[in-house]
Amino acid sequence: MTDFTLWDIVRNLLLAGRWTVVLSLIAFVGGAAVGLVLTLLRMGGFKPIRWLIRLYVDVFQGTPLLMQLFLAYFGAAALGFDVSAWTAASLALTLFTSAFLCDIWRGCVEAVPSGQWQASRVLGLNYLQSMRHVILPQALRLAVPPTVGFSVQVIKGTALASVIGFVELTKAGTMLNNAAFAPFTIFALVALGYFILCYPLSRYARYLEKRLYGAGIR
Amino acid sequence: MTLDFSTLLPYSGEIMEGLVTTLWLTVVTTFVGIALAIVVAYVRDLESGIMSRLLGGYVEVVRNTPFIVQLFFLFFGLPALGIPISATVAALVAMILNLGAYTAEILRAGIDSTARGQHEASRALGLSRLQSYRHVVLVPAFSRVYPSLISQCIIVMLGSAVVSQISVFDLTYAANFIQSRNFRGFEVYLVVTLIYLLLAVGMRRSFELVGRRLFAFRQGGSA
Amino acid sequence: MALVSVKDLHKSFGDLEVLKGIDLDIEPGEVVAVIGRSGSGKSTFLRCLNQLEQHDWGTIHLADQRLDGSAMSPGELSQNVGMVFQSFNLFPHKTVVENVMLAPVVVKQTPRAEARKIAEEVLDKVGMLEKVDAYPAQLSGGQQQRVAIARALAMDPKVLLCDEVTSALDPELVGEVLLVLESLAAEGMTLILVTHEMKFARDVSHRVVFMHQGRIHESGDPQTLFTQPKTPELSQFIASVL
Ligand SMILES: Nc1ncnc2c1ncn2[C@@H]1O[C@H](COP(=O)(O)OP(=O)(O)OP(=O)(O)O)[C@@H](O)[C@H]1O
Ligand SMILES: [Mg+2]
Repeated sequence: MTDFTLWDIVRNLLLAGRWTVVLSLIAFVGGAAVGLVLTLLRMGGFKPIRWLIRLYVDVFQGTPLLMQLFLAYFGAAALGFDVSAWTAASLALTLFTSAFLCDIWRGCVEAVPSGQWQASRVLGLNYLQSMRHVILPQALRLAVPPTVGFSVQVIKGTALASVIGFVELTKAGTMLNNAAFAPFTIFALVALGYFILCYPLSRYARYLEKRLYGAGIR
Repeated sequence: MTLDFSTLLPYSGEIMEGLVTTLWLTVVTTFVGIALAIVVAYVRDLESGIMSRLLGGYVEVVRNTPFIVQLFFLFFGLPALGIPISATVAALVAMILNLGAYTAEILRAGIDSTARGQHEASRALGLSRLQSYRHVVLVPAFSRVYPSLISQCIIVMLGSAVVSQISVFDLTYAANFIQSRNFRGFEVYLVVTLIYLLLAVGMRRSFELVGRRLFAFRQGGSA
Repeated sequence: MALVSVKDLHKSFGDLEVLKGIDLDIEPGEVVAVIGRSGSGKSTFLRCLNQLEQHDWGTIHLADQRLDGSAMSPGELSQNVGMVFQSFNLFPHKTVVENVMLAPVVVKQTPRAEARKIAEEVLDKVGMLEKVDAYPAQLSGGQQQRVAIARALAMDPKVLLCDEVTSALDPELVGEVLLVLESLAAEGMTLILVTHEMKFARDVSHRVVFMHQGRIHESGDPQTLFTQPKTPELSQFIASVL
């Protein structure tokens, strides 16, 4: 049964690893897009919308990602759609990412001193113009390090897509293990795969943060 | 689409059982994980050398790999090496290692922001490094990073849903079990998700309550 | 026989030589005020005396016992030399009495009941007995500084070092702290005080030491030193602070 060479294992993991990367990109880009819209809406004045977005963020931050995946998968079925693991995983991870990014970015916008708002309003800029020309550029600098940092959570989050049958790095690992039965090696390699993806991002996030706050901005 | 929650009722026992497991795993992890973090943060911050490096490696590995992979590695990998481990123990160890790594980093941020005068005062009083860490540095450091600590403990509780994948009978396992019997996946997961949400809210409330007592020294006012 | 004996003390930070050879003998019960311009090395000198800074050259003896280098453990040192800081540095998470008891219990291994008694004695001495259970955040600056003095006294040191202990205080709170120091002096405590309170230095100290550019430029009894400075640097300094 164990006519798997180490290279076979590595090759199969690498092939599956592509889907981890693709799913991460979908979730991150999709999540960023949705998250940006939510952040802008949330900064606006309309109370019920702010309240709803806050609820959205709290729900996604207060429930397991695994449950969100199950709900996307079974929820779509309950609605009569026959969705693939691809669709369900992309959807759940995108929404999950958007909620966390919305929360991170709101913090960054709020960290811009209120004097900046007042100054731009006094100059006659309206809400969108102040946002676009004054607040966002400053918030953006603050937002980059934690956003990069959160991308690590997104990549790790994609591992849960394996549970609903999406074949990415982790799922490939369990499947290979069923065939080759070398759990120690296989899961160490799987972990290594994630580490190679995540560690540089973690380091980069930390570097950016040091540079930002080391430069005396606050 | 019609939702039918009545088919869940016969399974309230399973949900209770799962809930109890999730709860005790979380409580034990919180205590042991924080204790681990206290040790790791001390060695990482105030000692140098091989031990500090090793623990740094541990923290990075945990933070840069998915919890589910850590879990599989422990549960499937260790027995293959001749180290038998039950699903529950694997789950508990993985959760503790996780919380320990993240909390150590959180705590270090709090330790680093200790005023220089605090270190000098304890040195002038003759406290050793370890005594100073224990009696002078630790509590104020915790109080400064407490909000992050709360969030981290909640994240680990929510992440524990994954232990269902190695057949630990937690809340999520209960949900999967019921789903496989009554085929009302959406309703089951909706209810269980709500329970998790309530757990998260309850945890935050309890932590805040404990924090107010533990860190009462921060509130000024008349004596 | 001098209680504290400093010989040829040198200290540099990188290329900056801050102490360029300090010699000073202090008798038991003596109150020495150290004055001088900002940057003249007063704090550094004091911090060398309890080894918060390691000096590069020279010796410090305390009652015939070598104090510097690694001749004394931090625990022993703290029972010989106490220190009070400009910024109080009370431990925020401990009540007044816990602040005072900490070092006796942890460092000296004094039983808690006994440590409590000692704490209450020293707190009484500084007039803070009624605030034993308050947290530092609930006290005024002057009260915090008095607790800090009590905390140092609880280790029963032979010498107490005070580095500008009233500089961080609102003017109306300075008096209560100086009063405590005065009573300690009257009791025979050996005190080395860096201070900008010239009136206090003149009235309370037995000797004033004027530091200038890392050296003891002039020293003597307060009356003569303040009224008949020998060097132009000291006259300038006195003119600038009075
Ligand atoms: N840890 C340190 N590293 C580098 N330089 C230092 C350090 N501590 C003190 N210095 C420098 O040594 C010199 C003397 O400092 P010190 O604090 O002893 O002066 P001081 O007489 O106490 O002044 P002040 O009245 O302002 O308190 C200063 O130039 C100061 O910048
Ligand atoms: Mg000074």
